[in-house]
Amino acid sequence: MSSTALSRRRLLKSGGALVIGFGFAGRSLAQVLPGADAALGKTVDAGEVDGFLAIHTDGTVTVYSGKVDLGTGHRIAVRQMAAEELGIGVERIKLVEGDSALTPDQGTTAGSTGISRGGVQVRQAAATARLALIRMGAERLGRTEDELTIIDGVIGLKAGGPGIPIGTLVGDRRFQIKLDPKAPLKAPKDYVVVGKPMKRPDVPAKLSGTHVFVHDFKLPGMLHARVIRPASVGATLEEVDAASIAGIAGTEIVRIKDFLAVVGADEWSTIKAARALKTRWSQPDALLGTDQVVNWMRNGPFIGDDAVVKKGDASAALAGARERLSATYYWPMQSHASMGPSCAVADVKDGTATVWTASQGPHRLRHICSRILGLAADKVRVIYLDGAGCYGMNGHDDASADAALISQKLGRPVRVQWTREDEHGWDPKGPPQLLSLEGALDSDRRIAAWRTEMWLPKATANLPNVPLLGPEAAGIAQTQGLSTGQVTQNGDPPYAVANVEVTVHWLKDAPLRPSNIRAPGKIANSFAVESFYDELATHAGKDAVAMRLEGLTDPRGIEVIKRTTALIGWDSRPKQPGSGRGIGFSYVHYKHNETYVGMAMDVEVDAKTGAIRVHRIACAHDCGLVINPDTVRQQVEGNILQTLSRALLEEVAFDKARVTSLNWASYPILAFPDVPDVKIDLVMRQDLPPLGAGEAAAAPVAAALANGVFAASGARLRTVPFTPERVKEALGRGA
Amino acid sequence: MATYSLTVNGRARSVESADPDQPLLYVLRNGLDLTGPKFGCGLGQCGACTVIIEGEATRSCQMTVAAAAGRSVTTIEGLGTPDKLHAIQAAFVEEQAAQCGYCANGMVMTSAALLEKTPQPSLDEIKEALAGNLCRCGTHHRILRAVMRASGRVLP
Repeated sequence: MSSTALSRRRLLKSGGALVIGFGFAGRSLAQVLPGADAALGKTVDAGEVDGFLAIHTDGTVTVYSGKVDLGTGHRIAVRQMAAEELGIGVERIKLVEGDSALTPDQGTTAGSTGISRGGVQVRQAAATARLALIRMGAERLGRTEDELTIIDGVIGLKAGGPGIPIGTLVGDRRFQIKLDPKAPLKAPKDYVVVGKPMKRPDVPAKLSGTHVFVHDFKLPGMLHARVIRPASVGATLEEVDAASIAGIAGTEIVRIKDFLAVVGADEWSTIKAARALKTRWSQPDALLGTDQVVNWMRNGPFIGDDAVVKKGDASAALAGARERLSATYYWPMQSHASMGPSCAVADVKDGTATVWTASQGPHRLRHICSRILGLAADKVRVIYLDGAGCYGMNGHDDASADAALISQKLGRPVRVQWTREDEHGWDPKGPPQLLSLEGALDSDRRIAAWRTEMWLPKATANLPNVPLLGPEAAGIAQTQGLSTGQVTQNGDPPYAVANVEVTVHWLKDAPLRPSNIRAPGKIANSFAVESFYDELATHAGKDAVAMRLEGLTDPRGIEVIKRTTALIGWDSRPKQPGSGRGIGFSYVHYKHNETYVGMAMDVEVDAKTGAIRVHRIACAHDCGLVINPDTVRQQVEGNILQTLSRALLEEVAFDKARVTSLNWASYPILAFPDVPDVKIDLVMRQDLPPLGAGEAAAAPVAAALANGVFAASGARLRTVPFTPERVKEALGRGA
Repeated sequence: MATYSLTVNGRARSVESADPDQPLLYVLRNGLDLTGPKFGCGLGQCGACTVIIEGEATRSCQMTVAAAAGRSVTTIEGLGTPDKLHAIQAAFVEEQAAQCGYCANGMVMTSAALLEKTPQPSLDEIKEALAGNLCRCGTHHRILRAVMRASGRVLP
């Protein structure tokens, strides 16, 4: 880099206007940083150090992250990663997240990549900056670079003595250097910040009602809006009776073709008007209905097959085997079921648009808004604010488009708040998954062959985004297609089997609009694979854990299995299922190349009622480098309990016209009385790359539970959710 | 437009509402700019909107402004501030008992009301008290630990 270029530039000044200059006195704005707008015009190039960070005269550093904190602790972890490389404390780091005008586009915050890709990029920018700082310090101090280090924000001799604060050295100027992918990283043995269970900066405000969620964000002159969705998916609007809300003062109707909303300055009046408004819609009834989904998956229409895995000759080995086993597993459509219905605020005026959103992809949303509003992308700014946890793409993007369309129509700032029924009814759903498995044992009672067949909705290649509801109803052209996430991974066992075949039959459509939901596909695939492995072990008369270990060579996998069994107290002696209580085990190597997770569950089954009670869960987790062990534990706990809820309770119900599971009574989730004890053993491998903790521990949950139910009762559950009726049915057919 | 008088976080407030049936939740969030209580369902099913009214954890989405008139309402903002946390909030922070934090208002307020009545609840009593408060992130364990901690015990 050129230090003269650096000294000439004084583009980045601190101070200046607030991003939001009103209404938030004394409130926490973890993601909306006072003074951040002063940096408008800075580069957002992910190839530039200045894209990711700025060093200020007072010694503080602003980090610009395109990945956002969806409630995961990313906000503290990314600070820790940057602080470690820069040689400063985390308290000196200010963070701007998910602002399309200020942060590089690091892709959506999805796929458990917040740290493994997003944080790693920020870390590399910080390491590049550190190199530049040392070089500048050497020049200023008349020393060689080797003699210098940065401690607590001061560049000085490794041997000690006075030095120069980095703020003095850089003082708000830009670096103007490329991010160096080879800039050396701090050695793990020297970590002082990374690996520490530091507390999250947003938590105190979240616990005292002062944290600003997107739901709490207000603009002067802002109107409240409720979007009126039809009673049938795909309906067209035939008539609106404006007189029906004439008596509710201060409310009006906004209509763009079949897109209908009610707006008003007062939120409660707007809600009342939305309820009172009389409309007539067409009544399409072309949906499948819940009970027809599996038939439809078997019969298509299909748009092709893919061989996902092919090793050896599974067909021949299965055909020639003496002992064969087969089973079919099903995972239903599920909702993200966020605690807060989606919400967004948009201000579209004078040919520009600003959208405040809780979307997991603010940069992606910027391009969507650009398209639907007919504005150049550089006229659109999208700013992330926290929402209720989304675990994939819930309704946040839809609500953002709703708000943008209404605001553009009215030329005023608009807040769209979905209802509970909107969120349960209209959030894009996790797609259904059907899997048929076959396996064969050889004469040594080892697995000789394995075949997995999957039936899945096919994701559309190069789809820019899930088509959104508002633009669709408004007749705005969108690229049509399906988005599901990477749903075929972990469909084959992670253990050595000579002949393996995984094929997928791609369905042309999906029963309801799909999107990615936490650990897309891998939860159901792992449920099928790890349950079936258990079935084969039972058939072979082997201990389920021992049979897994005999097929495993990866030492990291072996380690989490051993730690899990130690944590739960696994008894490898032969056991007879049916005592009413038993322990189930499962294991995943997430995506076959990321995090390793072992899981065991101590389960009780009441044969009379079919009720399942989970007493204890044990989990060993190896995600490589751990930035913050406490936030990783939080993610592991969350993955486990959320997926326990999905496995025990959740299925979206719908008829031929609409979703019918529209609230927490018809779509229940896990509640406190049913929360088991959870013990986690975190394997920390600080000398290895970080692999992600946002999803992996979700994958083995359902199989550990199903295997536990089998150990307790002899009932083999292959269809989610594990309702008491299904337990009794499985007991009736004798597994 | 009628005026309703109530006490909120120890202060006498009067609020205007054209509709006596307007839920207290919207009066707090919009009229008084107290956005701690959250809209979760509007059906009394999730607990995100919980406030304390004269000692009772109450769903503010299910109580009308007319019914709240003349009563004393505590919101999470009245419990403590980030700089001066109430004991229950401090225990939640200590346990880092929030992920997305959208349900946190209800968890804190329901727990505060419980501890006011039952200073040393059993684990099962805590689970029972929180049975109507939903959390989607799976933070249940930390919440249980936080309530135990606030009452001077530690969960293993």
